[in-house]
Amino acid sequence: MGQGGWLLTQVTVKRLWKEFGAQVVLENVNLHIDDHEFVTIVGASGCGKTTFLRMLLGVETPSKGQFLIDGEALPSEPGPDRGIVFQRYSLFPHLSVRQNLLLGLELAGSPLLGRLFGAKRRRALERADELLDAVGLRAAADKYPQQLSGGMQQRLSIAQSVICEPKILLLDEPFGALDPGITADMHTLIIKLWNMNKMTIFMVTHDLQESFELGTRLLVFDKVRIDPQAPDAFGATITFNIPLKGQRAKIPRIRGGEIPAAHPLTLQPSDLADDKPRDYS
Amino acid sequence: MRRLINQHPGRAGALGLSVLPFIVLIAAYLYCSHARLLENPGDKLLPAPSTITATIHRYAFEEDERSGEYLLWNDTAASLERLLTALAISALIGIMLGVVIGVLPYLRATFAPLLAVVSLIPPLAILPILFIVVGLGETAKITLIVIGVAPVIARDLAMRAAELPGEQIIKAQTLGASTWQLVLRVVLPQMWPRLVDSLRLTLGSAWLFLIAAEAIASTEGLGYRIFLVRRYLAMDVILPYVAWITLLAFSMDGLLRLLRAKAFAWAKVGGS
Repeated sequence: MGQGGWLLTQVTVKRLWKEFGAQVVLENVNLHIDDHEFVTIVGASGCGKTTFLRMLLGVETPSKGQFLIDGEALPSEPGPDRGIVFQRYSLFPHLSVRQNLLLGLELAGSPLLGRLFGAKRRRALERADELLDAVGLRAAADKYPQQLSGGMQQRLSIAQSVICEPKILLLDEPFGALDPGITADMHTLIIKLWNMNKMTIFMVTHDLQESFELGTRLLVFDKVRIDPQAPDAFGATITFNIPLKGQRAKIPRIRGGEIPAAHPLTLQPSDLADDKPRDYS
Repeated sequence: MRRLINQHPGRAGALGLSVLPFIVLIAAYLYCSHARLLENPGDKLLPAPSTITATIHRYAFEEDERSGEYLLWNDTAASLERLLTALAISALIGIMLGVVIGVLPYLRATFAPLLAVVSLIPPLAILPILFIVVGLGETAKITLIVIGVAPVIARDLAMRAAELPGEQIIKAQTLGASTWQLVLRVVLPQMWPRLVDSLRLTLGSAWLFLIAAEAIASTEGLGYRIFLVRRYLAMDVILPYVAWITLLAFSMDGLLRLLRAKAFAWAKVGGS
């Protein structure tokens, strides 16, 4: 199993069904995803893409069938092994940008107070600042999330999820609310973080081009059977499972280590030319 | 001509307009008082400004003949002690109940309906019960205010806690937060400014309950004094006392607003 000392993460879905009352959302979904895949998920609205992601996250439970991570049943609540980036609202408004990043480390390091002190805090701060550099938010470290532009907020949200080094990162239309110019920056960023942390990513998106460009595997959710008299009677399933080229980089894995400031993956200010702080006047 | 809804007074204009109604009220009082006193120099209903000033001086800066106390300050201290104690207790109960009910589904199922019912009991209606159970002392007055205020704060905060975006709560869990850590680092910090808002809104009813309790059973306090001198139609005492109570309430509201702006800067930016 081991490669470079790290466990591979494998996600297996067996004969999965999800129903809400009489409405069948997903039927007979089977899937096997290897370690370090970038899975993009597309499909029409209401085809269960987000429901699938929410089950993976642990906030919905399958009606039938199984979700397995490394052969073990998925816990029925969210946990630190699966990070999430929503379209919005997932930053903590009462914490500064740096504190938002720090939170994950503080929660892990201090069960009772949720705060770190002394040397532990300094180490955590260094780690947070490295990641702030990597996502190009160092200059905004002391601002509150509400003072950031949409793109900066999403970069912070992604960095926040990555700092705990989850095995799996779930992205629920993360760039759907952003300007097209900024989306390109975000693609660069997510590919870099994905290659650095060697995690498995599941990304739900509406953007077909994005799904082809980023993914190593594209899943299309669609209904195969439709009864016009009872539109809810049949659910969607994975109709296409397409392996893609993806954008894997040949670089050493840095999970658990520090990100050097001059690392080739560190985002340069020029990468983020379109993404300026909001003007509050 | 622009629509009325689009016409704004300037800075100086707004200030002048806000002062205007007060000037009109004071002028009307002076005129009526003057007219009544011309007709009957012994009239007690609208005392002359000179009488009021003399009374204020007597209450604030001269020792009372019988008790040897400065009545106004003595009453103020007694009332504020009751009010602030009761508000502190209410805030504590309110935030603990509110957060717990807002965050934990089992406790919400258990306590939310009870809280809804309790918050609808008119507190003054159970004042006799309080007097019977805890006696006529300070406890009864403080308890009355707490019963009137705490459930309102608790319900408000429970709603605010439940309104926190689900995304935030889920995100915190994916960062490894336990229930306790979630309350401590995510929910509570966001509830403090709401608590201040809630306190500001309940300040009016807290004063109401305080004065009602003092009027019925007390030997000192602002409410006690007003109801005591009512027997002698002493409007020259009642009017300054009412103005003083209003000023106190107004300052407390202002202090709370200042506290919110200074201590919770994050809650202001972005207009949330």
